[in-house]
Amino acid sequence: MSEREPGYPEALADNRRSAGFPSPADDYLELKLDLNNLLIKHREATFFLRVEGDSMVGAGIHSGDLIIVDRALQAQHKKVVVAVLDGELLVRRLSLQGSEISLVAENSDFTDIKIAEASSFEIWGTVTNVIHEL
Amino acid sequence: MAEAERFALIDCNNFYVSCERLFNPKLEGRPVVVLSNNDGCVVSRSSEAKEAGVKMGVPLFKITDLIKQHGIVTLSSNYALYGDISERIMSILRNFSPSQEIYSIDECFLDFSGIADGLAHGRLIRQTIKQQAGVPVCVGIASTKTLAKLANGTAKKSTECGGVFDISALTDRQRLELFAAAPVGDVWGIGRKLVERLEAIGVHTVKEFHDSDLDKMKELFSVVVERTIRELRGQSCLAMTEIAPVRKQILSSRSFGTYVYELGDLEQAVATYMATAALKLRADESLAGALQVFIKTNRYAAPEDLYSQTATVTLKNPTDDSIQLVKAAISALRQIYKKGYAYQKAGVCLLDLSSINERQLSLFQSEASVSRSEKIMKLMDATNSTMGRGTLYLAAEGQNHRWQIKSNFKSPEYTTSWKELPIAHAK
Repeated sequence: MSEREPGYPEALADNRRSAGFPSPADDYLELKLDLNNLLIKHREATFFLRVEGDSMVGAGIHSGDLIIVDRALQAQHKKVVVAVLDGELLVRRLSLQGSEISLVAENSDFTDIKIAEASSFEIWGTVTNVIHEL
Repeated sequence: MAEAERFALIDCNNFYVSCERLFNPKLEGRPVVVLSNNDGCVVSRSSEAKEAGVKMGVPLFKITDLIKQHGIVTLSSNYALYGDISERIMSILRNFSPSQEIYSIDECFLDFSGIADGLAHGRLIRQTIKQQAGVPVCVGIASTKTLAKLANGTAKKSTECGGVFDISALTDRQRLELFAAAPVGDVWGIGRKLVERLEAIGVHTVKEFHDSDLDKMKELFSVVVERTIRELRGQSCLAMTEIAPVRKQILSSRSFGTYVYELGDLEQAVATYMATAALKLRADESLAGALQVFIKTNRYAAPEDLYSQTATVTLKNPTDDSIQLVKAAISALRQIYKKGYAYQKAGVCLLDLSSINERQLSLFQSEASVSRSEKIMKLMDATNSTMGRGTLYLAAEGQNHRWQIKSNFKSPEYTTSWKELPIAHAK
């Protein structure tokens, strides 16, 4: 890049016979399927969280599952989100009906949560995938 | 007319505390401090902790009363977390400018030359980082790096500017008023010792410093001080890639002359860079509490050939011992290395630096082992120029240590350990 970076030590560089043209086989290796490419659209904004509880089983999210959360996505009506409520991260389905916001459970044992205007509520991120071990 | 140079300094607010809050929202609105290695001193404070009177760098034992009185939450440092979040932020920021200079774990300069509406661009940066990485940042914009740093300070303090401040939007008079109100110690690179010497000759404010005679200041102090005054006057003297003098960290990195593919070669390179960094560390009479290793492919490579990864290791005890540092760096490298990529650059960074005079021996560390390490390091420094094969041998000795820090209040490694992921409650 600049004079300040004189480059790789010569003694080491000399040992690199294959430098210059990578073999075609290397290109082939690159084509292996990578789950990261499939599951992660915004690398810097994507986090993995562990689910604890059963309120989302109807959405296929079970206790102990790993969820992939993308913070770059704008939270939308009917999407499963992670919300910050009462100092906790909570996974629920987001419902936006006019000015009414609620966090809907996917299990009849749980009640939906209506968000009062004054409460300290925030969308943390949108859940894009769930990884469930069989 | 030639395009005017413009710089932005992006600085994360209370970075370590902000990282903790991202995964532990209970900490929001509460006074929080993060402690240095071995829970020694305060290295990051939430605004509430600042208001409670906690000073930067104060030892934990001196604030026990304050902690009780204000219910301050104390946390051990979690460099794996901070390193990961930092890497995400720096990566996002790369999209906002053709040129980026990472200055520390939580600060970077961006080249803003040619950006028509700097304020709008700054606001977009702030909003994007907050949304995607969950960390609040402030943006200072100006025609020189020194002014951009000063502007960032204003962006942090002033409530009106919404975290983004462009110093060149001020009239000359407004600018001088701002300078008159700020102590000279606010200027980038003017440390405590220099402040004392400047005050002795009657220079107390940034304005007095700005107005002082260039030749006289060069004679009394140094070319660096003269250059800083020129920068305050709007004359850009520091280009984007120049490394600043203040050391919060020691970076040693190189672009390779040819592409490097094999782990063995990267290990040699990383070991060599770490030896260089450790040499600087010992020259500074400092100890490192944590380190980072990064590897990168050519950033202009095709998307499928792009790979860039950083790993952060927290050391059990702060050290300046090359053997320990190299071992830790190699084990970090092995975690991030992926076969099949053409690596163009690698580097190491020593973090959480403390003075060797403040070394506290831990339970499992004896005087004898420390003095033995010192002897070896003296020998090593003498032969350092021939490091290479020897380092590789040394690295090979490294087992998969679990580098644990003695820390009583450490949060989980939320983003770097499968076992410690944050919990999303489904209730």
